[in-house]
Amino acid sequence: MHDFTPIASTIGGILIGLSASAMLLLSGKVAGISGIFAGVLRPMKDDTLWKVCFLAGLFMGGLLLRVFDPHAYDFGIIRSPGVLVLAGLLVGFGTRLANGCTSGHGVCGVGRLSARSIVATVTFVTSGALTVYLLNH
Amino acid sequence: MKTSLVSFCSGIVFALGLGISGMTRPVKVIDFLDFFGNWDPSLAFVMVGAIVVYFVANRQRLTMGSPLLAAKFAIPTRSDLDANLIIGATIFGAGWGLGGFCPGPALTSLASGALPVMIFVAAMAAGIYLHGWTSEYFVTPHPVTIAPQPAADS
Repeated sequence: MHDFTPIASTIGGILIGLSASAMLLLSGKVAGISGIFAGVLRPMKDDTLWKVCFLAGLFMGGLLLRVFDPHAYDFGIIRSPGVLVLAGLLVGFGTRLANGCTSGHGVCGVGRLSARSIVATVTFVTSGALTVYLLNH
Repeated sequence: MKTSLVSFCSGIVFALGLGISGMTRPVKVIDFLDFFGNWDPSLAFVMVGAIVVYFVANRQRLTMGSPLLAAKFAIPTRSDLDANLIIGATIFGAGWGLGGFCPGPALTSLASGALPVMIFVAAMAAGIYLHGWTSEYFVTPHPVTIAPQPAADS
């Protein structure tokens, strides 16, 4: 075990929770990023502006990290382009099929004690762990 | 207008949370998923921190008739477990473990300007379109329907 960061990770988690809570209590929306991104890529009905604004904020936050916490981009492990293409395809396709990702299911859904989200979260963590196990061992 | 500002500011705070917590670093994600090797439990702290805050907010939501700045809550109500949920989460988890990126950290990390992140995000967008084009094949009939449907409409 190296680079264990319980305090920074808890603070970051609380910020994520506060952001998702603001979306819930002020706008009534679920801060599910795969759904927001998909909603911008394939805009349906009159429900796109808030998604564009959220993604713009995410990018703005990313720029702030670049200035104030560049350590956030010490990726540590970067797979080859071919593997990243496969990983991206799986993440994009899988999150749409499951209707959510780490944010929508893992934070918002689990926080609402949704059975679907709890099952999804246990499933994607297990599947991710199995994948890493097969890659590393 | 107000809700657009809420979305923009929430996006900023979300990104900062992802960066500070370590989620934008694939090494942290992959080490978290490496339960039988070099396990780094940090990301469990991210999940718990975020979930506890959201749990409290959701309790508050249940006492409110509508959100403060919008007409109504848009919250998923499905509770059935279907094959798409399990298969989709399995596929997503495999991609997550493979690359070390999930959608939020990947989109945030676009701001780093790193080419591998752009490759991942482009592939992720392709995966989303692929699902859109093929989704008619993945509609599983679910046993629980919310509204009664006409018998002829199957």
